[in-house]
Amino acid sequence: MSDTLHNDAHGETVDEGKRDFIYIATGAVAAAGVASLGWPLVAQMGKAADTLAAGSVEIDVSKIAEGQQLKVLWRGKPVFVRHRTAKEITEAENTDAAACPDPQMDNERLIPDTTGKLRPEYLVMIGVCTHFGCIPVGEAGDFDGWYCPCHGSHYDTSGRIRKGPAPKNMEIPEYQYISENVIKVG
Amino acid sequence: MSGHPSTYEPKYAPTKWLDQRLPIVRMGADFMTFPSPRNLNYWYTFGGILTMCLASQIITGIILAMHYVPHVDMAFDSVQRIRRDVPFGWLIQPMHAVGASMFFLAVYVHMFRGLYYGSYKAPREVLWIVGCLIYLAMMATGFLGYTLPWGQMSFWGATVITGFFGAVPVVGESLQQWLLGGYAVDNATLNRFFALHYLLPFVIAGLVGLHVWALHHVGQNNPIGITEKTKKDTLSFHPYYTVKDGFAMVVFMLIFAFFVFYQPDALGHADNYIQADALKTPPHIVPEWYFLPFYAILRAVPDKLAGILLMLGAIVVLFVLPWLDTSRVRSSRFRPVARKFFWIFIFFCFILGWCGAETPDDMVFTVGSKMVDGELKPMGLNFTWLSRIATFYYFAYFLAILPILGLIEKPLARPESITKAVLGDKAHSAAE
Repeated sequence: MSDTLHNDAHGETVDEGKRDFIYIATGAVAAAGVASLGWPLVAQMGKAADTLAAGSVEIDVSKIAEGQQLKVLWRGKPVFVRHRTAKEITEAENTDAAACPDPQMDNERLIPDTTGKLRPEYLVMIGVCTHFGCIPVGEAGDFDGWYCPCHGSHYDTSGRIRKGPAPKNMEIPEYQYISENVIKVG
Repeated sequence: MSGHPSTYEPKYAPTKWLDQRLPIVRMGADFMTFPSPRNLNYWYTFGGILTMCLASQIITGIILAMHYVPHVDMAFDSVQRIRRDVPFGWLIQPMHAVGASMFFLAVYVHMFRGLYYGSYKAPREVLWIVGCLIYLAMMATGFLGYTLPWGQMSFWGATVITGFFGAVPVVGESLQQWLLGGYAVDNATLNRFFALHYLLPFVIAGLVGLHVWALHHVGQNNPIGITEKTKKDTLSFHPYYTVKDGFAMVVFMLIFAFFVFYQPDALGHADNYIQADALKTPPHIVPEWYFLPFYAILRAVPDKLAGILLMLGAIVVLFVLPWLDTSRVRSSRFRPVARKFFWIFIFFCFILGWCGAETPDDMVFTVGSKMVDGELKPMGLNFTWLSRIATFYYFAYFLAILPILGLIEKPLARPESITKAVLGDKAHSAAE
């Protein structure tokens, strides 16, 4: 007789090892059932199919005058397209990337056009402060770029964070030039 | 509710029959005759006031839900419609909106009372922790509710607060988008916030049940912090404290009514009368007044994650307070040094609130000026630094002052009993 066997109150022989196995197996099936029912209850809160399908936006950059900024709503967030002045471009290019909290060169923040050339005059980025999601104000702050009024983050003319609580540079969305002057965001 | 022997005797056949099957009348009767310390002052009436606030919020809230439309295109207009067109909506909507502020006003008095009289100390730790949970649920409910009118502050407040979740390492962005149901605050967000805003008050009501249960199990604290020893130290809850609580409620309702009838918007923000605009952040985002101190703590640090952790820490520290305060004397009445630090603590809580309402780079006061990069900049103390000083004191109070003070402070002599404290030497003749 193995040591997991003993007699119960009715004198029947009980195999404890077998019972443990049944308990664990039953528990495991129940846990799997709860998990498979629980997941839909959690996942329903995620992005719905129509939200995910929210399409792309096309923007004609030639319509933006020098020194002007276009704000377009894309996926519920504003996209900034700024036609930068020569002074702003020079400032952005002459900044030492190492001096920024999130080091990046200005040309790393641009995407080449159909001819493979960079167009530093057009800066395209998601106009959302990387701190808590406010929309920074243009031509403001200590670095002549953007200033977030919520908690005082200063961005330079390349949209890089330079001072304040925001941890990252303003994000560059996925976009491409689809003709000489038209970009497609998304 | 347990705690004292039941004195209820059912008189009639139906009440006897019911008492044997479901002793609910007995429970109510025992509740009303609960022996309470005889020396409770008006600071102890805020539990009753808070119960009234919760009931008022639930009743007005259910009514508002009958007229409110949780959709981005209609939410703003539906709230305006309630205020202008729905019969008595002009009364019920401000009762709910002002009621939230009144609820927080009362809970802060209630919490400071507990802090001053040491109501968190053994054996009331669980009572205190359940209270902290209620406060946390209140904060969540208040935030969710503020989003519903879909004004500019609603929208941007929701954006900033849900942004906290984005700061969580690695999974932050997915977590945030899961909460929002999209890439940004939008219709999905508004809808779920409405559902949760409706749910949470009932969770609060359940927690209040636990809070009162714990209170009746361990007995009430009192202004001298000495446990009642004899029956003489106590009074029946009814009529002594129902009358006292009732009077305090009426006074509180006067303040409440002043805001509802004369200043229904004074505690809100004008920008919330502009419909939410995802393309334009208001120049100066501020939360409702009751969150300002925590907002100031958040902004006191120049790092996103550290700011959030510090702000959460400011609440978490309350949960562990029973184990941080090492003094065996409950009431600050007998702690001359602790009492001073307590009032400094209150002072800095107000300072934090002030900092939360101002722009971080603005100056509190200036002392001359100096040239920086060819520009004349004023010198002095700005709000960022003031909030750093106040944040430092906030944490130092809980993490250093209370633990150390309990070990070195010499408390004053305490009276023998509550009766002695109330009646002085007359206690003896009364006892005879």
